[in-house]
Amino acid sequence: MPDAGAGLLGIGALLLLLALAHVPLGNHLARVYTSERHLGAERLVYRIARVDPRADQRWTAYALSLLAFSAVSALLLYALLRLQGVLPLAQGHDGMHPSGAFNTAVAFVSNTDWQWYAGENTLGPLVQMAGLAVQNVLSAAVGLSVAVALIRGFTRSRTDRLGNFWVDLVRGTVRVLLPLAVLAAVVLAACGVVQNFHAAREITTLGGGTQALTGGPVASQEAVKLLGSNGGGYYGANSAHPYENPTPFSNFFQIFLLLLIPSALPRAFGRMTGSPRHGLAVLAAMGVLWAAGLAAVTAAEAAHGGQVPQAVGAATEGKEWRFGVWDSALFAASTTGTSTGATDARHDSFTPLGGGALLAAMLLGEVAPGGVGAGLYGMLVLAMLAVFLAGLMVGRTPEYLGKKLRPKEITLLALYVLVMPVTVLAGTGLALGFPEPRATLLAGPPHGLSEALYAFASAANNNGSAFAGLGADTVFWQTGLGLAMLIGRYLPMVVVLGLAGSLAGQQHTPTGTGTLPAHTPLFTGLLVTVTVVVAGLTFFPVLALGPLAEGLR
Amino acid sequence: MTGRGGAPPGAFGPRRLLAALPAALRKLGPRHMARNPVMFVVWTGAALTTVLALASPGFFAVAVAAWLWCTVLFANLAEAVAEGRGRAQAAALRRAKHETVARRLVPDGDGREEEVPGVRLRVGDLVVVEAGQTVPGDGEVVEGIASVDESAITGESAPVIRESGGDRSAATGGTRVLSDRIVVRITAKPGDSFLDRMIALVEGATRQKTPNEVALSILLAALTTVFLLAVTALQPAAAYSGGPQSVIVLVALLVCLIPTTIGALLSAIGIAGMDRLVRHNVLAVSGRAVEAAGDVDTLLLDKTGTITLGNRQATEFVPVPGVSEAELADAAQLASLADETPEGRSIVVLAKERHGLRAREEGQVTGAAFVPFSARTRMSGVDLDDGRMVRKGAAAAVITWVRETGGASLTEIGPLVDAISASGGTPLVVAACAPGQPARVLGVVRLKDIIKAGIRKRFAELRRMGIRTVMITGDNPATAAAIAHEAGVDHFLAEATPEDKMRLIRQEQADGRLVAMTGDGTNDAPALALADVGVAMNAGTNAAKEAGNMVDLDSNPTKLIEIVEIGKQLLITRGALTTFSLANDVAKYFAIIPAMFTGLHPGLRHLNVMGLHSPESAVLSAVVFNALVIVALIPLALRGVAYRPAGASRLLRRNLALYGVGGLITPFAGIKLIDLLISPLPGLGG
Repeated sequence: MPDAGAGLLGIGALLLLLALAHVPLGNHLARVYTSERHLGAERLVYRIARVDPRADQRWTAYALSLLAFSAVSALLLYALLRLQGVLPLAQGHDGMHPSGAFNTAVAFVSNTDWQWYAGENTLGPLVQMAGLAVQNVLSAAVGLSVAVALIRGFTRSRTDRLGNFWVDLVRGTVRVLLPLAVLAAVVLAACGVVQNFHAAREITTLGGGTQALTGGPVASQEAVKLLGSNGGGYYGANSAHPYENPTPFSNFFQIFLLLLIPSALPRAFGRMTGSPRHGLAVLAAMGVLWAAGLAAVTAAEAAHGGQVPQAVGAATEGKEWRFGVWDSALFAASTTGTSTGATDARHDSFTPLGGGALLAAMLLGEVAPGGVGAGLYGMLVLAMLAVFLAGLMVGRTPEYLGKKLRPKEITLLALYVLVMPVTVLAGTGLALGFPEPRATLLAGPPHGLSEALYAFASAANNNGSAFAGLGADTVFWQTGLGLAMLIGRYLPMVVVLGLAGSLAGQQHTPTGTGTLPAHTPLFTGLLVTVTVVVAGLTFFPVLALGPLAEGLR
Repeated sequence: MTGRGGAPPGAFGPRRLLAALPAALRKLGPRHMARNPVMFVVWTGAALTTVLALASPGFFAVAVAAWLWCTVLFANLAEAVAEGRGRAQAAALRRAKHETVARRLVPDGDGREEEVPGVRLRVGDLVVVEAGQTVPGDGEVVEGIASVDESAITGESAPVIRESGGDRSAATGGTRVLSDRIVVRITAKPGDSFLDRMIALVEGATRQKTPNEVALSILLAALTTVFLLAVTALQPAAAYSGGPQSVIVLVALLVCLIPTTIGALLSAIGIAGMDRLVRHNVLAVSGRAVEAAGDVDTLLLDKTGTITLGNRQATEFVPVPGVSEAELADAAQLASLADETPEGRSIVVLAKERHGLRAREEGQVTGAAFVPFSARTRMSGVDLDDGRMVRKGAAAAVITWVRETGGASLTEIGPLVDAISASGGTPLVVAACAPGQPARVLGVVRLKDIIKAGIRKRFAELRRMGIRTVMITGDNPATAAAIAHEAGVDHFLAEATPEDKMRLIRQEQADGRLVAMTGDGTNDAPALALADVGVAMNAGTNAAKEAGNMVDLDSNPTKLIEIVEIGKQLLITRGALTTFSLANDVAKYFAIIPAMFTGLHPGLRHLNVMGLHSPESAVLSAVVFNALVIVALIPLALRGVAYRPAGASRLLRRNLALYGVGGLITPFAGIKLIDLLISPLPGLGG
């Protein structure tokens, strides 16, 4: 039984590593997106794609490029999934049916990686590598580009140009994600994660039964699955599968990977805006929310609620013995806090309040510290909201980093803040209101309510982890969650780009003692409070009927 | 209009609320309600619950419906009270606007006059106004000088001088000429005069939402949408859980969650903000200008009249070697006898105080010919009949005069003059010549700018608020630097021309700063128009008043500082009540959610932290609290949140603690108290 001491030691080591890594990586990210130089490989890409890397785009052109790229990506992936049966390396798997292929294509292009299927008995290595892993890299680069465009909204003045989407996309891929993924894949392979092209092999187990074991290029996919806050596993069991995540160390390394880029982005933001203290305040708010989520999950799982957990000393159901309760809680809190959605334990089996805490981490809007790129722009939107509410109280038109929040900006902020709750609440309401989806919920109320809410929270926040406990292989869930992923990903992105365009057009206002300080512990506290209150006020009623009703005795 | 700052006693008393009740009831129509999305949702909810309560009457249903109507009514009451205060002022102004008959000069009629009603005057008409008559419209004095009673507009009973040419040429319609005769050229169309605009302004008729108010309304509408959806989605969830809720309870939950407190008070805050400005005798062309005042980064302040008293005073006689101080004082006094300027007077007084030199009346000095000051000679003095001549004036001018009489130029005078300039004084050189002899310089009189009492403290406050002050002066850089240092301004612009001023404003704005300034002269008009906040003095020219976006009826340039504070207070009040409103929701959830679902999931009784009596009493208590808090906050909305100049960090900490934390705690106590009071009522379960 892993005790609290070992658990705390692991958390401490993780924080230390992230603290050491976030400064150089953040600086590197800032350099990547501000550098004037193009690498040879990048120039080649631009020439093949016929892109002029010097073209500076308006926010509309930037957004259209992004949407067009994503649409083409989704169509290609959809075709790959449908046509798998006639392509090589299918290992005997057929193509997916239309609603399933739609759901999966959207899931991977939108950086969600919701999986209604189990990878090892649905997809062969070609689709996994050329389809899913490629989108794992590209969708993360798309997320980064939107965050960078928003930062440019703050750093630029009196311009309608936000940079070039294609350049940002290529640089994020070539200079950030691919090098890190190669390094990470090597480490994971060294830990014992498989990397081969073996089809299913029958083996005889120790007990005398037989089992089919599928190999595959897992280590390479695993690396980017975590680095890019994707979370789509090669196997259905995701990071609980021994081929994906064999040892406690690989588990620890995976948690490090999924937190790495999101926790370095505030530093890049601080560097690019020339005010590292502002980046630190944002990072601190992310850290506080992450720590609070972790504390809640760990407390709930280790608190011995219920008969069986009391007998064994903790809530161990659905958790891998290799990792234990503390490490499973750490993985779960980090994967829901980063919109990654990889799992090394079954979230449905967490205690009601522990599962509720995981749900809450997503419902905050994936900002603790959130997905690659998406976490930063989500948190900056909340920071602007906090500035608006508090800024009025210092007697000036609210401004963040020298940019005023006028009716136009507030309209966009309000739109951003509306998208996720509307999608989650409407989806959950529909799922519970109609008999067909209601019938797919394996548990009755109140746990069934948590399952439905979790599914839409995961999809609309592009997390992709599943509470499981519901039959997701139906047209309602595949289409409904597919739409939730699309809306939850691209509507906020377009809004953020519009916001960036509006901010970049503004003249920079110098800050003084009369302007609200957005880099103090007070501001961090305010930001945390606003994040929690906004999400809390929206979701408290449904959370009360789900996890709270189940967990409070 | 005579009240200055603060409201008359009893302004928020029950009688005031009662008086506003009819107006509040009139606002209950759907067309008026639809203008405010938050309150429109409450209105719809109230209508819905009323229908349901009529369909199946019960104490709970009727009580909720009644209190929802009260919520709407209280919001209207807040607006009506705010408008009522303006209306009373408008009525007072209207009395000044009675029908006048104008004596129009017939064009090319060689002074012939015709009588036309004041409303038929057109721009460009010339009218004659004599003692006892009322100025028929806004215009410019083109001929004559008169004392005018402007108390109808300014509330100031002392008459003011209006004369043709110069910076005191503006005549305002509705004011009364007390003496003499003036000819006024009409510059405003009837119905568009200063008085008309003022009436419209205080009545709130032309009130448009300001940018920050629009931004806040958008946010409130978005929050309302979220809560509307949260409550709508709750019903299928509740039904799935086996406990569908009654529509009345859902409506009650919705009304408690949407930001009704700030939604109800938002327009009252805006009206009261403008009203506060009017009480300070400042008229703003738009609410936008008031808000911009809160955002100001740089204040341009004219030295004279704002930082220093309008006149300089003699403080010291500095003789050149070989001349006694008394001799210098005597000459200086002699040269100033006919000098009616405050500076001249102060020399006479100083000579008397320091050296016992009795002021000789003009008549006492026989045969004296006084040489008045002129812009060309830049000196004044006296020629006595014994041939003696005394001059005082600017150093260069007096030295030239000494040379012209054949006198030697003294090298000692240079350092004396420079020393006085460098210390912020103005040197006035005194020279005299005995009959037939060349003139010689006797010494220098130090004239000192008198810094207004308390102004240094105001500048320190402004600095704490993060506002930069720039002093504009025609003085030379050395003098300007010394005065700037003494008064405590951050920067100064010396030897400033109107073009310099414009350049400074443009530069500040290019750096992203908002600039405020005051002005009165015609040559201030372009700068006033360029500045983000331009406050024209009422005593100034029409050009200045047209160019600025505010007019100070008291013509007090220091008022700018108060205007900035009023602008900030307006924003702070909005922010504070928004924060309070949102923080309230937490307690309301803890009241209503357990009330709704404890029957279904007994574990949720742990959320009933207030220990409320029964589900019905809990819901009703939250609704009642939600309505009463609006009434409780009307005085704060009208008066504005207390503002003390401080940096943003301190303001934020203070207001967050007061309205954020306070807003979190207050409703827990309030709802519990109401629950205790109403729980004995029949029909509330338990």
